Amino acid sequence: MSVSTKNLPPQFEVVDRPLDTQMTISMGPQHPSTHGVLRLELVLDGEMVIKCTPDIGYLHTGMEKLFEYKKYQQGIVITDRMDYLNPLGNNLAYVMAVEKLLGLEIPERAQVIRVLFCELQRIASHLVWLGTHALDIGAMSVFFYAFREREKILNLIEAASGGRLTPSYFRIGGLMMDIPAGFERRCKQFTDDFPKAVGEFHTLLSGNRIFQSRTQGIGIVSAEDAIDLGLTGPSLRGSGVGVDLRRVNPYSGYEKYDFDVPVEQGCDVWARYMVRMREMTESHKIVLQALSRLRPGSVKADAPKVVLPDREAMKTHMDALIHHFLIVAEGFNVPAGEIYHAIEGSKGELGCYIRSEGGPKPARVHFRGPSFVNLSALPHMVDGEMVADVVAVIGSIDIVLGEIDR
Amino acid sequence: MEWLNNYVRPEVARGIGQLIGINISFVVVMMVVAYTVLAERRVLAFIQGRLGPNRVGYGGILQPFADLLKFIFKEEITPAKATKFVYFLAPIIAVTAAFMPMIVYPFGPTINLPFFGPVTLVVARFDIGLLYVLGITSVGVYGIALAGWASNSKYSLMGGLRASAQMISYELSLGLSLVGVVLLSGTLDLYGIVEQQSGWYGMHWNILFQPLGFIVYLISAIAETNRVPFDLPEAETELVAGFHTEYSALKFALFFMAEYINMFTVSVLATTLFLGGFNGPGVATFPALGVVYFMAKIFFFLFLYIWLRGTLPRFRFDQLMNFGWKFLLPLAILNVILTASVMFETDSCYADCFTIHSLRRTGYRLRRLDGSPAQPALRGHLADRRFRLAGVPLRDARRAVYRRRAGHSLRGRDHGARRLRHHAA
Amino acid sequence: MSQDIERQEQIETARSTTESSYSAPTTEAINALRSEHQDWVGEIKEAFGETTFVVPREYIFAICTHLKTAPGFEFNLLADICGVDRGQEEEPRFEVNYHLFSTTKFHRLRLKVLLNEDDVHVPSVSGVWRTANWHERETFDLFGVVFDGHPDLRRILLPDDWQGHALRKDFPLRGYEPYSLT
Repeated sequence: MSVSTKNLPPQFEVVDRPLDTQMTISMGPQHPSTHGVLRLELVLDGEMVIKCTPDIGYLHTGMEKLFEYKKYQQGIVITDRMDYLNPLGNNLAYVMAVEKLLGLEIPERAQVIRVLFCELQRIASHLVWLGTHALDIGAMSVFFYAFREREKILNLIEAASGGRLTPSYFRIGGLMMDIPAGFERRCKQFTDDFPKAVGEFHTLLSGNRIFQSRTQGIGIVSAEDAIDLGLTGPSLRGSGVGVDLRRVNPYSGYEKYDFDVPVEQGCDVWARYMVRMREMTESHKIVLQALSRLRPGSVKADAPKVVLPDREAMKTHMDALIHHFLIVAEGFNVPAGEIYHAIEGSKGELGCYIRSEGGPKPARVHFRGPSFVNLSALPHMVDGEMVADVVAVIGSIDIVLGEIDR
Repeated sequence: MEWLNNYVRPEVARGIGQLIGINISFVVVMMVVAYTVLAERRVLAFIQGRLGPNRVGYGGILQPFADLLKFIFKEEITPAKATKFVYFLAPIIAVTAAFMPMIVYPFGPTINLPFFGPVTLVVARFDIGLLYVLGITSVGVYGIALAGWASNSKYSLMGGLRASAQMISYELSLGLSLVGVVLLSGTLDLYGIVEQQSGWYGMHWNILFQPLGFIVYLISAIAETNRVPFDLPEAETELVAGFHTEYSALKFALFFMAEYINMFTVSVLATTLFLGGFNGPGVATFPALGVVYFMAKIFFFLFLYIWLRGTLPRFRFDQLMNFGWKFLLPLAILNVILTASVMFETDSCYADCFTIHSLRRTGYRLRRLDGSPAQPALRGHLADRRFRLAGVPLRDARRAVYRRRAGHSLRGRDHGARRLRHHAA
Repeated sequence: MSQDIERQEQIETARSTTESSYSAPTTEAINALRSEHQDWVGEIKEAFGETTFVVPREYIFAICTHLKTAPGFEFNLLADICGVDRGQEEEPRFEVNYHLFSTTKFHRLRLKVLLNEDDVHVPSVSGVWRTANWHERETFDLFGVVFDGHPDLRRILLPDDWQGHALRKDFPLRGYEPYSLT
């Protein structure tokens, strides 16, 4: 029975209280392992977490508001900055939503390159997750090995788009430009080395007894709870629900690729870890297939009112020049309507809701960030665990604060 | 240093010698610590495919001094609600406790220096050397616990609590793992223990007889110094920086130094107690080689620490405690029991041999009751299966017997001497 | 110019055959729902391969509870809740969109609740899906839509003392005054 000071007679006052066994600590926003500016209010009993309240918004930059003031093609740049570990995925969700509203047909080559880059980006995102997750658990070197591999992917992305972290490579109606000459060869170099690197990670972490005991049986979320809490992506598949939007709602021609959807039944941090590790291998498979499917062709849709013309055409053809001017100066009108397009981002269902009222600017753009939803499940996962497990669980749901706060 | 005796009283001469020794070993320890930090950064960088600090001096050789200057000139920040005096005291306790064991480190054998004459490379020898080291290093926990408490920060408090719980728990298995060595050598004097391991061309190391004790010691030592995978008190991904979260500038540097000196201390203990200290092939001929061996062994352990840090993840607190209490401590106790029973067996065997041998030498004629010829009793006993199980080789056992007969009251072997008197009476 | 018209036609034809549109609940299931509960679904829109139910706000909790388990729907995962401000001059001014997804049938559905500016109250669905908690907090934070029955309706992205609702159309892009966190 708890003693309360509520019924204390008015002639008394509390001078000193007995020692409380509970302690509230504020974890973040400046904390090494909250992956950015997440703040958790933890109520602890010793090292045990009694209650966890995430506090977000430290990185809120009003991106959804900004979309309403930018033309459709300008919005792509904003999407880069949401989930900055998976910018091409954000690009894809956004441009596909707009393309759906416009009804554009995307050429095959552009589709293949989109798949290729999305999978490269997924590997890169998972590598950052792996590095930071391992670092949270205390394995320091994996971080550097993971970033070394990611560097190679960023170099590839840079070769194609000119940007490393914010490529804005996918444009409405196709791609910014075709991949450069020799790209396949460079990509091949990466894909040749990558399985070895994954093997290294498995040796360093998966086979490590300490790592296993730190992750197995921690942060349990059952399949029903996971669905109820809205978990998607690897976090959901770690609970034994094999939903992958690439498989169940295919887009960009994913139905033509041969890949497995890794599912683990463990429901714990270890299961989510294994799902992501296996996903990297699957993405590697898809990259190889995409490389073999590359055929010469255009990478831009045949829609001169929407897609910027070639530089060459712009300088030689009058109508191309006019289109270029109009698109840049005024933008293009998108038919009124609303759309919700979801793709499988590296962290889960990445949905983009766009509402158009007919003008060159959207009336409302909303992103369903998987990190946002996955983070909301954190209190459920860490309930009754220890402080050290909180960082392990945060690592296992792979959050990016840029996407959570938007 | 005998020549000083001509000028001053011997106590004063010894005092002067020790003062010089303390200063030299202080500098040596400080340099080793400074370069351990640099080595850690460079080796970790190598493991992780980076460069590490390589700009200050050739290959970063002056980096420790640059760091020290930085620490000195940084602003000293004291949290507003800290308990000022204790907050100030804690790093001093930590670093003092870390430095104090240095006087019993046996850096090397007696070497002949020009102008000085023979110099024994140890500041002080006393019979409770090991106990002294263990006792003083335990005081270091106060520094950490007080730092955690006085900072008035929750992360520091948790770090301090974790540190004290961890260090006290692992102190047990650490101490018990050394009991085996103490039983074997019969003394607590570190220099004496090293000297005893000088046989077999300097390879008569205790690790051969105490492999289990060595493993337990190594693990507990890593935990005792809060290193990966037991670095929970300062687990930066959980507790920001643990007990020294609120410390800055020179106070932080003191904690930092204390940690690395402790690493050095446990490496010295491991070297001294298990790896023969400065002993090695050729030390008998060239005593100066002993210093090289000693440092090489220490650096091996320091490298091991760095290597582990580059490889392993971190334990969780309850796992750490479970590991310490449920695995390491029973193992250490088992080691003590094993060592003690083997020693008892061999000791009674020694005694029997000795009795038989000395009686025969004084003219008694003996006959074995089981009917076998009474000839070589000693040899027969030494070839006994029990004896071989004990792992003590023939020659050493014989030498022990010989030394006893010669009336050498071996340091610490009082039970043997008592037995001797008993038999003589 | 004629070329452009041609292309426009091409685009029109392409739109009708847009790929990767989501599958929606079967017509039978929808008809069964409508015949069973006439009031629940006000209007059904089909556009861009998506199905939208416009739901009167008093029935939103009931229809969500029903759709979560009803055979033919099984929308066990709430993908998203998203508020929309249609502009000050529009009436009803606010929309709340619920994007539902089924992890067994893999189809999608949008529920839409229309709200007048003077009465921005919706029953909370956080009792149906726990994930609605944060989505509703976000919508409340940015649009000022009040979700009745929500267990913890606080601002989530903006500071607690923030004035106004940032995603409303009458809220200026740069805010009213420089905001300081200290």
